[in-house]
Amino acid sequence: MADLTTDFAGIKSPNPFWLASAPPTNSAYQINKAFEYGWGGAVWKTIGDPVLNVCNRYGAFEYAGNRLVAINNVELISDRPIEVNLREIREVKKLWPDRAVIVSAMVSSNEAAWKQVVQQIEDTGADGIELNYGCPHGMSERGMGAAVGQVPEYCEMITNWVTAAASIPVIVKLTPNVTNIVPPAHAAINARANGISLINTINSIAGVDLDSFELRPNVGGKGSHGGYAGPAARPIALHLLSQVAADPKYQSAGIPISGMGGIETWRDAAEFLLLGATSLQVCTAVMHYGFRIIHELCDGLSNWLDEKGAASINEVVGASVSRIGNFGDFDLSFRSVAVIDEEKCIQCNLCYVACDEGAHQCIDFTADGLRVDPETYTGSATLQPKVREEDCVGCDLCSLVCPVDACIVMEERPPLRPSVTWNELTRTRPEVTTDWDAMIAYRKEVGIEIH
Amino acid sequence: MEQHELSLAQLQDSFSETYPRYTKNEATVEADRCLYCFDAPCIKACPTSIDVPTFIRQIANDNLLGAATTILESNLMGHSCGRVCPVDELCVGACVLGKEHRPIAIGRLQRYATDHVFDNDLPVFEPAPATGKSVAVIGAGPAGLSAAGELAKRGVKATVFERQDLAGGLSTYGIVVFREPTRVALEEVEFVKRLGVEVHTGVEVGRDITPAQLLNDYDAVVLAAGTGRVPDLGIPGEDLGGVVEALPFIAATKMADKDDLTDLARIPVGNEVIVVGAGNTAIDAATIAKRLGAERVTMLYRRGRDEMTAYDFEVDFVRSEGVDIRLLTQPVEFIGEGGKLTAVRCVRMRLGEPDAGGRRRPEPVPGSEFVLPADQVIKAIGQEKLIQLYDAIGVEHTGGYVTTDPELRTSNPKVFGAGDCVRASGHALTVTAAEDGKIVARAIANQLGVAEPAPAPGTTRGRFLHTTVNEFGRIHG
Repeated sequence: MADLTTDFAGIKSPNPFWLASAPPTNSAYQINKAFEYGWGGAVWKTIGDPVLNVCNRYGAFEYAGNRLVAINNVELISDRPIEVNLREIREVKKLWPDRAVIVSAMVSSNEAAWKQVVQQIEDTGADGIELNYGCPHGMSERGMGAAVGQVPEYCEMITNWVTAAASIPVIVKLTPNVTNIVPPAHAAINARANGISLINTINSIAGVDLDSFELRPNVGGKGSHGGYAGPAARPIALHLLSQVAADPKYQSAGIPISGMGGIETWRDAAEFLLLGATSLQVCTAVMHYGFRIIHELCDGLSNWLDEKGAASINEVVGASVSRIGNFGDFDLSFRSVAVIDEEKCIQCNLCYVACDEGAHQCIDFTADGLRVDPETYTGSATLQPKVREEDCVGCDLCSLVCPVDACIVMEERPPLRPSVTWNELTRTRPEVTTDWDAMIAYRKEVGIEIH
Repeated sequence: MEQHELSLAQLQDSFSETYPRYTKNEATVEADRCLYCFDAPCIKACPTSIDVPTFIRQIANDNLLGAATTILESNLMGHSCGRVCPVDELCVGACVLGKEHRPIAIGRLQRYATDHVFDNDLPVFEPAPATGKSVAVIGAGPAGLSAAGELAKRGVKATVFERQDLAGGLSTYGIVVFREPTRVALEEVEFVKRLGVEVHTGVEVGRDITPAQLLNDYDAVVLAAGTGRVPDLGIPGEDLGGVVEALPFIAATKMADKDDLTDLARIPVGNEVIVVGAGNTAIDAATIAKRLGAERVTMLYRRGRDEMTAYDFEVDFVRSEGVDIRLLTQPVEFIGEGGKLTAVRCVRMRLGEPDAGGRRRPEPVPGSEFVLPADQVIKAIGQEKLIQLYDAIGVEHTGGYVTTDPELRTSNPKVFGAGDCVRASGHALTVTAAEDGKIVARAIANQLGVAEPAPAPGTTRGRFLHTTVNEFGRIHG
C-alpha cells in the first residue's frame, strides 16, 4: 500500500483528493459527510460578497448515451451568509484536524475587503486560502473571478494584498479562459503565492433545445455562458497544467500545483500527478456519483503506485514533465507503423474507412490474402483490412478507431534517416523550411516519399 | 376438451409481446453500442439488405423517422420483420460484436424505429405519379404486399386480391401474437395501401374472379398466394371431435388479439394436447396450447432432431415452455369415444435410406406401437400447395412450387411468382417474402418499361464519381 499522504505547501492531507470549491463543499453537512467517506481535503465553496442564485443552474453535455460527460453551470459563489460559512468552517476544522480545509474566497477588488476576508478565514483555523480568480459567470461581470484572473496585473495586485495579510498558505486558482495561462501563473509567483490551482471552469454553452430553441441551462427563457467541467474538459486541463508545469519560472519558484478539471477516476488522477500536480481536486464526478467514489480513487491510485514500485505519491509527481516538448523539437526520423492483428480483428472495417477517407489511404481490403476493391468485389470471402506498411504514414488514426483491445498497434520501426528536428532543420537548412522546391529536393536527398 | 379459467391479466402476460418496447433511453444506449461498421456484415446477412448501421445511427441521433425510412426503403415489411425475423440466424448472427461481446439487438431497435412512425402515422413515402400500368397481385401476405407496395413506389397501379377477410397473410393470421400482435400486421397493410395499393379482401381467384380475367385486365400478374390448408394425415379417426388444424387454431388467437383478448379463453384447448409436426407452425401451436392452459403438450415428429427444420432457438424456446418433443414418433390412429378424441396410437420410427431430397426416410419399427392419452390433436404437418391455382393460371410447377427464374418470372411471361408458393428451398420467412416482392417489382417494372425509383438520399452508399482508383488505396483526383 503506497503512501498517499500529501503535503501541499505545508497543508497536509491523508490523500491527495480534495473536493474542489463547488456545490459539494457548500456546507458543514456535506464536508463532514465527505470526510467520513475518506476525502483528504476540501476547498470550501467560495465565500465573499452577497449573491442571489437562479433556477436551472446546470446543463449537461451528453454523448453516446452517457448523460453527463461534462456539466455547465451558472451557479454563483456561496449564497449562504458569510458568518454561517465561517462558523461551519471552524466547526469542521475542529472535528477533522488531519484533513485539509481550505477556504475559497472572492471579494470586491479593494485591499480592505481582501484583508478582512483573509482575517476572517484565518480566525476559523482553516489550513489555507484559495483565491477564486476563475469564476467565469455572474461574478466576473461584477469585476471579480475571471475578470481578475484574465488580467495578470490585477491578479498580481490582489494576490500581493492577500499574501501580505495572510499567515496561512495562499493558493491562486487560475482561469482557463485565457489564450496563455503562463502570465497569470507568473503573476501569482511574483506575488509570493504558496501554490497554484488549476483549472477553473471553461466558458461554455451546454446546448440548445431543439423544440423551444432555448439555451441550456435555461433561466426563464435566457441562457448565458457558464462554467464547463467534467471528463470532457480533462484534456484541456491537462494541457494547461503542462504549460505551467513546464514553465522555467514556475519550476524555479518551487511551489506546488493543485490539479483539477475532469478528474473522475484514479487513472485521471494519476495523469495529473504525472504532469506535475501535487494535490487533486474533484467536483463533477462527485456531483454525478457522490462522495463514495473516494474509496476507489484511493484504492486504484494506491494499487497503481504499488505496481509502479512507487512508495509514495511524491515519486510520481511530475514524472512526465520532462516529456513535455515542442513540435519543433520532435524527432522527424521517428517512425511507427500500424499493424493489424488479424486474429483479433472482427472486420468492422472502421480502420479501413477511417484510413481511406479520413487519412492517407494505406489500408487495403484483402480476400484470401489478395488486395480487392470492396466496391466491385463479388466473392464470398470476409474482407480483411490490411495495412500497406510501405505507405503507412504512422498517423495512428486506425488504432484509435479500432474497437478491439490491442488489435491495431503502432509498432516502432528503425529510422530510415538520421535524426533531425524541425528546429535543427530551420537552423541548418533554412531554405528547406520556406521553399517548396528546396523541400522537394531535401526529401529526395534523404529518401522521404509521400504518396 | 375444455375452456381453461384464465384471467385477463394471465392472458395479457402470456400473449403480449415477449420483449417489451424499448424506452428511449434503452434504445439510445443500445444504438450507441453499434460500431457503425463500414461494409457491415449485418447488411449482407439481411435478405432485404437493410442498411442496419445507418438506421441504428439514426436512432442514436434521435432521427426515428429517418431510421424507419432507411428500414422501409429496403423492406416494406420492416414493421413485421423487426419482430418475426430469426435475427440470430441473420443480422444479429453476423454482428461483429457477437465475436467478443453481446451483439446489437437489431430486431428490437428496428421495432423501436418502425413503431414510432406507425404509432404516430408519419408519412414515409409519397405515392409516385401514375405510369398507367397496372398489375394484379394474388395474395395479400408479405410477398404480395411487398410486391404491390414496391410497384406502387414506381407508379404502377397494384390491385391485390385476398381470399381471407383481412389482408396481411400469415402476419395477420399465422404468427403467434406474442411475437407479432395482429395490430402490427394490420398497420402494415394500411401503410401499403397508403402508397396507392388497392386491396380486395374476401375475393378468391378461381372462385370470385377468374385467372383469365386478371391476365386480360392487367399488364402483369403476381402470384403470391402462399399455401393452402393443412393436409389430412390419412389415418383413422381424423374426423373425431378434438382433431384440429394448426393454422385456424393460431388464427383464432390472432383474431382474439385484434378484437378482445378475453376471447382467447374461449378457444377450445385440451389438457392432453398432441401436436403432430415439428416445424415453425407446430412450435407456435404447441406454445399457444400450453399458454392457454393445457396440462401436457407433446409434439410428435416422425424423423430425428437433425431433420427438423425449426431453428435451434425455437426448439430451445418450446422446450422452455414445457412442451415435450417426441422424435421418431408417428401417429397411426386417433382413438375416440362417442365421437370425441381420447388417445393417439403411435408407432416408433427409425431412419432408413435417404429419400430424393437427401433426408433419411423414416420407417416404422415393427411391433413398437403405443398409445398416448389425448383430448386434442393439432395437425401441423405443412400446408397443401395450391396446384389447382397454378394450373388455372397456367404456370409450370415442380414439387408443389411454381417454377421461376432468378428474377421470379414464371413460364407465363405475364406472371411472376413470390413468397411461399415459389420458395422451394431455404426458409420461407417474412423477410424472404419481402425480398421476393422487391425482385418481382423490379422485374415487372423492367418488363413494362417503367423507370426504377430514385434511391432515397442517404440510404445507399455513394459511388466514386470524382475519384478514380488506379491502384488500390492510391487515389488520383
